[in-house]
Amino acid sequence: MADEKDREEIIVAEFHKKIKEAFEVFDHESNNTVDVREIGTIIRSLGCCPTEGELHDLIAEVEEEEPTGYIRFEKFLPVMTEILLERRYRPIPEDVLLRAFEVLDSAKRGFLTRDELIKYMTEEGEPFSQEEMEEMLSAAIDPESNSIHYKDYITMMVIDEN
Amino acid sequence: MGSGTSTRHHSAFQNAERTFKAAALIQRWYRRYVARLEMRRRCTWSIFQSIEYAGQQDQVKLHDFFSYLMDHFIPSSHNEREFLTRMFTEDRFTQDSEMEKCSDYESIEVPDSYTGPRLSFPLLPDHATALIEAFRLKQQLHARYVLNLLYETKKHLVQLPNINRVSTCYSEEITVCGDLHGQLDDLIFIFYKNGLPSPERSYVFNGDFVDRGKDSVEILMILFAFMLVYPKEFHLNRGNHEDHMVNLRYGFTKEVMNKYKIHGKEILRTLQDVFCWLPLATLIDEKVLILHGGVSDITDLELLDKIERNKIVSTMRCKTRQKSEKQMEEKGKANRKSSAQEPIPWFLPQSRSLPSSPLRLSSYKARKTNRSSSIPCGGCLDGRELSRQVRSSVELELERCRQQAGLLVTGQKEEPSRSASEADSEAGELQKPTQEEWRQVVDILWSDPMAQEGCKANTIRGGGCYFGPDVTQQLLQKYNLQFLIRSHECKPEGYEFCHNRKVLTIFSASNYYEVGSNRGAYVKLGPALTPHIVQYQANKVTNTLTMRQRISRVEESALRALREKLFAHSSDLLSEFKKHDADKVGLITLSDWAAAVESVLHLGLPWRMLRSQLVNSSADNMLEYKSWLKNLAKEQLSHENIQSSLLETLYRNRSNLETIFRIIDSDHSGFISLDEFRQTWKLLSSHMNIDITDDCICDLARSIDFNKDGHIDINEFLEAFRLVEKSCLEGDTSECPQATNAKDSGCNSPGAC
Repeated sequence: MADEKDREEIIVAEFHKKIKEAFEVFDHESNNTVDVREIGTIIRSLGCCPTEGELHDLIAEVEEEEPTGYIRFEKFLPVMTEILLERRYRPIPEDVLLRAFEVLDSAKRGFLTRDELIKYMTEEGEPFSQEEMEEMLSAAIDPESNSIHYKDYITMMVIDEN
Repeated sequence: MGSGTSTRHHSAFQNAERTFKAAALIQRWYRRYVARLEMRRRCTWSIFQSIEYAGQQDQVKLHDFFSYLMDHFIPSSHNEREFLTRMFTEDRFTQDSEMEKCSDYESIEVPDSYTGPRLSFPLLPDHATALIEAFRLKQQLHARYVLNLLYETKKHLVQLPNINRVSTCYSEEITVCGDLHGQLDDLIFIFYKNGLPSPERSYVFNGDFVDRGKDSVEILMILFAFMLVYPKEFHLNRGNHEDHMVNLRYGFTKEVMNKYKIHGKEILRTLQDVFCWLPLATLIDEKVLILHGGVSDITDLELLDKIERNKIVSTMRCKTRQKSEKQMEEKGKANRKSSAQEPIPWFLPQSRSLPSSPLRLSSYKARKTNRSSSIPCGGCLDGRELSRQVRSSVELELERCRQQAGLLVTGQKEEPSRSASEADSEAGELQKPTQEEWRQVVDILWSDPMAQEGCKANTIRGGGCYFGPDVTQQLLQKYNLQFLIRSHECKPEGYEFCHNRKVLTIFSASNYYEVGSNRGAYVKLGPALTPHIVQYQANKVTNTLTMRQRISRVEESALRALREKLFAHSSDLLSEFKKHDADKVGLITLSDWAAAVESVLHLGLPWRMLRSQLVNSSADNMLEYKSWLKNLAKEQLSHENIQSSLLETLYRNRSNLETIFRIIDSDHSGFISLDEFRQTWKLLSSHMNIDITDDCICDLARSIDFNKDGHIDINEFLEAFRLVEKSCLEGDTSECPQATNAKDSGCNSPGAC
């Protein structure tokens, strides 16, 4: 019993250090606050994969009573620690991602055209901004066929991640 | 269930739902991917910056060492004296006179075979434009024209005030550019995109034209040419890199010597003069102040207006008036007699200003003034304390080193060197700046803005201050200014506003750390002096890369530099790791790894974020540190017969080594003797607490004397240990000019200084 508590303490301590590091990367003024717009980046780089909606709720949790546009570390730390302990917002496994693409590719061709990708990404789900769309297109679309061969795309992205 | 229609509706609904969910999943995944890329980009940036600034700190320490050496090292034996003489003197010493220098270029003949641009004075706009074209075609300007241009430039600069006042009534637009650092492509791009300088198009270049990039000479030629052609519209401010001491380390000296093998030295000496006459700041419409670094809480524009700016030849070291007066009293007459034999380091600021009256000439023949150092930090307590510590430790080291080196120890007491005080007694030429004057200049050339209020010493760079928004506000109010434009710091977007948009940083060297690392920018000031920023990235390759590829590429470069730095501290890391491994199992936790690495390197980097890139995944979060260190070494070793610890030391001191080499190589021949190498290394290793045996050094020295003639070719030495900047060697084929020789490519990346 005591051992387990110790272990949990060690884990929590380690989480705290990780969270602090990630937070500090964006703490430009070195005053333990970050711009609220960077919170998503911080959370995601800590291994979580929330939806925009979930992110929105999270921000509400860590914001000040009267939102200042900045998030303080003291408020962020406990919330984020909890998320990591509970292993919330787990990343998406490769095969699940593949199946998602296959759903969109109803004709089972193995690819999506540029226009189709744009349509789905900007009209469905939690739509991309123009910037996000352009960025994805630049890497995903094969210029010769003007389409995305999603299986290869996923493989490439996954390798890059690791 | 129901009618066909409702089943269709139902399945249509299900489809829509599945589509929605699939899209949402993909978006969710993608956003995380982008976030991680962004984090990597930030970390990469931190790596480059922290290594760069750590390198600058090193520089200050190194110069502390030499300064101290100059002030306090009394040759206590014939050997030592000889060594010092060899090390710090040069042949041409005795016959110099200013007038000879000035007309020297006339005696240089330009061969008929020379196909480069030819200049005649007074310069015409066409000449300047022709220069750009010639350099674009990779031609080189003949030394004669270089010297001629420099001579004319200096004549012009001498007439300018310290703070150039410019009005927008006369020209329609003013464009301000930041650091260029030898990157000719960026300058050409700016002129292409924004237009060439003209009476209607004013330019201000805010310092740091040289060092790091490979075309510093060409940039200077173009900038000076335009300044002569359009003196009222083309303005230059001095940056902290317009300084021969800094140039020794950061590549400009090397570039000049490589491009101008015969006249390089001459060019460098003339440049010393030109640099110290560059104006310190530019003021537009009495409203916008442009200077290179920043300001401090004591910045006094009236004082800056009045000082003799050329007194401050280098911001690295300075003997200030009070101290020298004291020494004169102490030394008295005794030393004047022996003054003739004392060698004066060629690399120290020589008093080379044009004599304002012919009468000065004769006294000038005697001795050049020596500016040996006191404290290379502007009066901040931290600096003084640091200096004092350095001094006492160096003193001890020198004593120990003398004994070790087998030189006679005569037990002399510490006193200011003869050369220093004797020079003071000559003081005729140029009065030395006061401590305050010196500090004022250092502040505006080296300071950086910070977010917090207040003003504190800039310990990271080793000079100047960090100034807060309150300091800015105070200054703007005091002098009724609208805002400040400065450069000095690389920014990812090429520019950055801070202090409530009262301070604008503008940086014009794109891809500064690495291809794809950052954009460059310039700012145009319109009629109401509102800033309009233009960004660019002068490299075709980056435009074809995706964000991911760009980031990966820059990241690789940063990580390589970081791994090299880690290797350079292998021994310290090992002992630190061992502290965390009490049971001596050879394993430590990854958390301990992060803590240990930070405590050794002091780079303030997010090690946990970087860990996956630096450490191969390990079983249950434990790291076999010994094999990790071994792997690091394997990456760096090119000579198996050189022991790892020696190589490690060389790496750690690479920049220092190179700087020292160049200082020893007083005649810029590119060679130093084995003896000089050994002696210098002994001194340096004592000072820096490096534990290498004498035999080891001798072996090392002998092994790099490739043709066994008792001399070491500097570039071969550095190359042999792969101590030359690597970036041009690795597949960067895009804009990198055919570096058949890594040594004269002089690429951008600061690497692990």
